[in-house]
Amino acid sequence: MTEIERFALDYLPVILFLGLGVILSLLFIIGAAILAPSNPDPEKNSAYECGFNAFDDARMKFDVRFYLVAILFIIFDLEVAFLFPWAVSLGTIGVFGFWSMVVFLGVLTVGFIYEWRRGALEWE
Amino acid sequence: MELIAFYILAAIVTVSAVAVIAAKNPVHSVLWLITAFFTSAGLLVLIGAEFLAMLLVVVYVGAVAVLFLFVVMMLDVDFVELKQGTLGYWPFAALVGVAFAAEIALVTFARSAAGDEINAKPGAATNAEAIGQVMYTEYLLLFQMSGIILLVAMIGAIVLTLRHKPHVKRQNIAKQTARTRKDAIRRIDVESGKGL
Amino acid sequence: MLDFQAMISAIGPELLLALAGLAGVLAGAYMGDRFNGLSFKLGAATLLLAALVVIMNWEGGEAFGGLVTTTPFVNFAKCISFVAGAVTLLMAEGFLKRHETIRYEYPLLVIFASLGMGIILSASNLMTLYMGIETLSLSSYVLASFHRDSIRSSEAGLKYFVLGALASGILLYGISLVYGFTGSTDYGDIASSERTIGLVFGMVLMISGMAFKVSAAPMHVWTPDVYEGAPSPVVAFFATAPKMASMVVFANLLFTAFSGVFEDWQMIIAIIATLSMLIGAFGALIQSNLKRLLGYSSIANMGYALVAVAAGAEYGAAALLVFMTSYVIASIGLFGGVLSMRREGGMVESIDELAGLVRRRTGLALALTILVISVSGFPLAVGFIGKIVVFQAGWNAGLLPLLIVLVLSSVLAFGYYLRIILVMWVKEPVERFQPVGSTVALSVYAAAAACLVLFVFASPFLEWATQASAGFIQ
Repeated sequence: MTEIERFALDYLPVILFLGLGVILSLLFIIGAAILAPSNPDPEKNSAYECGFNAFDDARMKFDVRFYLVAILFIIFDLEVAFLFPWAVSLGTIGVFGFWSMVVFLGVLTVGFIYEWRRGALEWE
Repeated sequence: MELIAFYILAAIVTVSAVAVIAAKNPVHSVLWLITAFFTSAGLLVLIGAEFLAMLLVVVYVGAVAVLFLFVVMMLDVDFVELKQGTLGYWPFAALVGVAFAAEIALVTFARSAAGDEINAKPGAATNAEAIGQVMYTEYLLLFQMSGIILLVAMIGAIVLTLRHKPHVKRQNIAKQTARTRKDAIRRIDVESGKGL
Repeated sequence: MLDFQAMISAIGPELLLALAGLAGVLAGAYMGDRFNGLSFKLGAATLLLAALVVIMNWEGGEAFGGLVTTTPFVNFAKCISFVAGAVTLLMAEGFLKRHETIRYEYPLLVIFASLGMGIILSASNLMTLYMGIETLSLSSYVLASFHRDSIRSSEAGLKYFVLGALASGILLYGISLVYGFTGSTDYGDIASSERTIGLVFGMVLMISGMAFKVSAAPMHVWTPDVYEGAPSPVVAFFATAPKMASMVVFANLLFTAFSGVFEDWQMIIAIIATLSMLIGAFGALIQSNLKRLLGYSSIANMGYALVAVAAGAEYGAAALLVFMTSYVIASIGLFGGVLSMRREGGMVESIDELAGLVRRRTGLALALTILVISVSGFPLAVGFIGKIVVFQAGWNAGLLPLLIVLVLSSVLAFGYYLRIILVMWVKEPVERFQPVGSTVALSVYAAAAACLVLFVFASPFLEWATQASAGFIQ
């Protein structure tokens, strides 16, 4: 078995999944384009707003709280990312590596307590 | 086979990177950016850096791109207007681009002291394992520093964006469940004929 | 597995700051607003304690397998930075209280920024350097926009963040090139590797990134805007502790990691120094806002400090320490002056507001005069000693063109410093300032006194700096 075959075998589920995704989505798009009736005119394409003409742009400002939630999510996402190599190499790095991660998680737990008590996780 | 895969992926990355800055709608830019991230993850898989590929998908596609979308949505800017006059910057941008291209060429063609062979997983079964073997022990200090940086980011985000609106009624579940009949109900004996 | 003895002697103060910072976050979480007032005092006490720990472990050492190496040279800078951080923290309390923005996160961010400073000063590996710089920068961005309801403060924070992130990126790109071409991120290994074109490329990119962090020209553009927009106590902090730390880190990086390519970076540093001195001096001439003027003044002063760096480790190391210390002392006092410019209805920042200060508040005017004299490098105050040693370092290294620029820009700078003094002493007095908190007044007087005392007793001070940088003299 050559290098590339082994590589392909390792990633077989991923390749299958990607292939299925591409085929299915293409199927639906092409299917809709061929089968669905389509007779557009300007009235059909314009935004419908209870019979009025559209007042302004459909884009509107988001509340800054969404941003806070997203950033807090990124931080814990990164924390989780650190856990992956730790989990697979725990056998070689032993007790020291274990406690190293515990301290790291401890620091972020302090941050979590702060967030919680400050009320950053509440949605008013 | 590997080479073909590389060229296909590299072409997609380049096209979507150009589309990021060329797209008229900023939301489309972010979507193109996601394509670029995702395809770069594919390139990383090709050189055997699976862990980095996973990070790119989990952190950049999963979180950073979402944050970008929020930022794009949050800004009250007319992007068509903003784009006008951007072309005036192109000589400067071209200069920066040429400098970066020259540096990348330099890295590619010059011999490095570390040797020309790139090994993404020295002495370990996988890329993630190779990183894990040194990050938590040998580079303990840097690992803990990254924890502190994340903590500072948390504090910073809260300092800058969190504000409590006054007069908003919040649900306090602990208080709700601790409530007993004694706190809530008051019995009053009304004497007849007197009213309250 | 862990050598605690070595850890404490190398980064003991940083461990203390990290633990105190975590304890502070928890205390804030549980006590809420009741912690606000207390946190400033505790934060300052922690920073002073950290400075004490630095002095106790003066000789330093190596830890974490060479990721950090502390020497007396960097310990000197750590000590000054921590004390400056503590003083500016105490000065901030009254200001924030008056603006009703006093929150315990402020001292926490200052502590984490100081932790970053300590780490970059101790760094003997490019990765440690980068992690420390990120800790310092991230805290600084938040501090710059701490008055989030003020448009100017938010603008300052945003500008600082966007440009700072770019500078970090350039620095990181430089680090990756250096790593790619030398095969190591350790300062010692880089110093002993052979000179390749890639190494020089990486070094130039790293110098660009570091020049931004110390606000040297041509990476100075953010400085006046951030100085003007950010809250005054934050600027007082920016102008002192991180400046001292970043400048010494810059020098330490060039002196140790890039000692093998001295000729390559000497020229670049000389150009940066010349540009900074000229842009700082000319830019300050036309300013009417005192904070903006101090921003340009800091650019010029970073130029003078870079002359000492360009002189090389042997001549310049001690001079750099002396000059930066004198600059930090004067800056603390001058920003104390800015903080005491308060009238009915808020802070004022225009130089003309100082008119006739000598007749309204004689003590403050006298102290400010001494500080201005010191920062302009005129005799009678420690700034003079600082400029003299820098000049001497440049002379010994044979950097004649740089010295000419140094003298010219100092003369030019004296023009605008003289304007401040004249406004205070000659002009018709305007309305009296509101009284300020005792901490601010005390800091201004103490800084002025320190300027005089260190001028009179210069020799022990010079001796201390020379001893601290003895490691660089073969």
